[in-house]
Amino acid sequence: MTNHTPLLAADAACPASRSLWQLGWQRLRRDRIGLAALWVVAAFVLLALAGWLGLAGSHWRHEVAKPNTPPALFKHYGPATVELTAADIDAAQQHHTSTADASAATGMSAEDDPLAADMAAAQAAAAKTAPASTAVPPHDGSLVCGSDSRGRDVLQKVIQGTATSLLVGLSGALLAMLIGTVLGALSGYFGRRVDDLLMWFYSVFTSVPDMLLLLAFSAVMSRGIDTVIMVMALTSWTGTYRLMRAEFMKHKCREYVQAADAIGASHRSRMFRHILPNVTHLLLVQFSLLTVALIKYEAILSFLGFGVGVTQTSWGAMLAEAPAELLQGYWWQMAAVTLCMSLLVTAFSMLTDSLRDALDPKVQ
Amino acid sequence: MFAYILRRLWQMVPTLFGVMLLLFVLFNWVGGDPSYILAGKSFSADTLANIRHQLGLDQSLPQQFLIFVRQVLTLDFGISWSTQQPVAEILASRIGPSLTLALPMLLVSLLLSVIIAAIVAYVRGSLTDRIVTLICTLAMSVSALVYIIAGQYWLAHKLGWFPILGWSDSLATNLWYYIPLPLLLGLVVSLAPDIRFYRSCFIEEMGHDYVRTARAKGLSERTIMLKHVMRNALIPVVTSLMMSLPYLFLGALLLERFFGIPGMGNEVLNAVDRSDFPVIKAITIYVALATMLFNLLADIVYKLIDPRVQLK
Repeated sequence: MTNHTPLLAADAACPASRSLWQLGWQRLRRDRIGLAALWVVAAFVLLALAGWLGLAGSHWRHEVAKPNTPPALFKHYGPATVELTAADIDAAQQHHTSTADASAATGMSAEDDPLAADMAAAQAAAAKTAPASTAVPPHDGSLVCGSDSRGRDVLQKVIQGTATSLLVGLSGALLAMLIGTVLGALSGYFGRRVDDLLMWFYSVFTSVPDMLLLLAFSAVMSRGIDTVIMVMALTSWTGTYRLMRAEFMKHKCREYVQAADAIGASHRSRMFRHILPNVTHLLLVQFSLLTVALIKYEAILSFLGFGVGVTQTSWGAMLAEAPAELLQGYWWQMAAVTLCMSLLVTAFSMLTDSLRDALDPKVQ
Repeated sequence: MFAYILRRLWQMVPTLFGVMLLLFVLFNWVGGDPSYILAGKSFSADTLANIRHQLGLDQSLPQQFLIFVRQVLTLDFGISWSTQQPVAEILASRIGPSLTLALPMLLVSLLLSVIIAAIVAYVRGSLTDRIVTLICTLAMSVSALVYIIAGQYWLAHKLGWFPILGWSDSLATNLWYYIPLPLLLGLVVSLAPDIRFYRSCFIEEMGHDYVRTARAKGLSERTIMLKHVMRNALIPVVTSLMMSLPYLFLGALLLERFFGIPGMGNEVLNAVDRSDFPVIKAITIYVALATMLFNLLADIVYKLIDPRVQLK
């Protein structure tokens, strides 16, 4: 213990040397665009966190307004909807319960129609329960982002969609990085046989285009968020693997690793305690690149119906409703999703660029 | 050179084996027993046993794998589970429409992006450069889905400039009537990332000493850009182009889906939709083969256009 005191005294004399992370943070703080991007991404992550915890967007399944209500600011820009009151619906139902009307619709007399009795009973039952379901929705026409074709609040849906898409993007990227880093470390560090085997594995996965691989995986698996995350991780680890393999090959011959070997550090300790901290800054950049890519992939997968399940929503699932809505002139759901997604993707890409500059050890 | 090609071809064997193993694990092991899907609504124990026998599912896993290997080696993937057509026949009829869209798109996109990238790189740092870069960044942030949905709605439905979707049997009608809108939207999606990448290729080359030497010799800017810089900057461009060629066979998945083009991409999506495993397996094997061959071709072309490259 006494040996340390003179060392500390010597340290105090010369200026404190800062780690790459401290330097990086300092550079990032000076980069105004990078900092702004960081704040936007942080805000999105907070929003997504609130979504996962059920603090925001948890009521997205509730039908709170009339179908396709335009956003509050653009009340007069949406297509005119026919306002149906409860009285109209009641009148229409009474009209339909008469058997004469039913026979006109089917072209058969009541005696010939085998379903006539059942239909009349069903309509009577429906008429009885109808008043309860036509209760006036709470806030009508005051929704910031309008409502979708089922009267659900688009704002709530977008928040929930952000939560889902970010969850898929972040955890898919995290898992992919984990696979890629471990395999890349093994491959680059041990080389020879291990490297041959893992390179074979890598070449198998890269010989099939990403999208096709994603589709092949989702063809045999069920729908749902956990499946999407797993499929994404299993198909997108290759980039990280290649990067980490090259880095570990480069670092394993460096003097500090030889020194670690000399003091008797095990292979695992050399790989993950000595080399890994020296390449984490590359992993961070790779992580944000991968997150953006996966968010885009998730949107496409969910749009095609191979992504999140039908009881969940995400940006892709919301965009899947857009073509049909657009045809009727209901543009707000698509606009909300596009705005949200572009903002996040732009901020993430700018953050990636800034991170790359800030964490580059060569820049002084 | 010849020895190199042979060695590379030989290296493809284990990779292809790996792809087969991956597909086998996915579709025969993870995918579970498909005979229930095939039997439809009214099935008996007999029908199930019959189907399982036909697919070879009553044999052991190694034997099933051998059946699959034989299918790949003879390029005969049996019949589609959903349409009962031979898989080879389906794929042969799908490749044409895919290429009809993807080839013109590749050519136009390449031409436009190289020209724009060269111009922007030449006036680097100017207002034009900054505006183009900004537009590219913004354009890349919008999902491809949004471009296609909005483009199809505005240009085809609202303005009526293009047909909304469709396909015909004659190549000329397809090219003049049905292709332009998907082509345009495909360009909008692909131009931004391409321009950014090619711009960085050009800028890197323009900083080299040989450019200064050429200027010092008194060559015109035009000659320097077109004869000196372009040749060198095109090396990474050609490589990335060769790497993107296998995607031609897969077609533009989303565009084909939206515009009802009966190509490979549409077929993949339908096959995934209907759990039509033979079709997915066949397409994956073909695309994997194409990817490996084009990677080899890319390396050879790389050597041909850049004599500094040593093939190992």
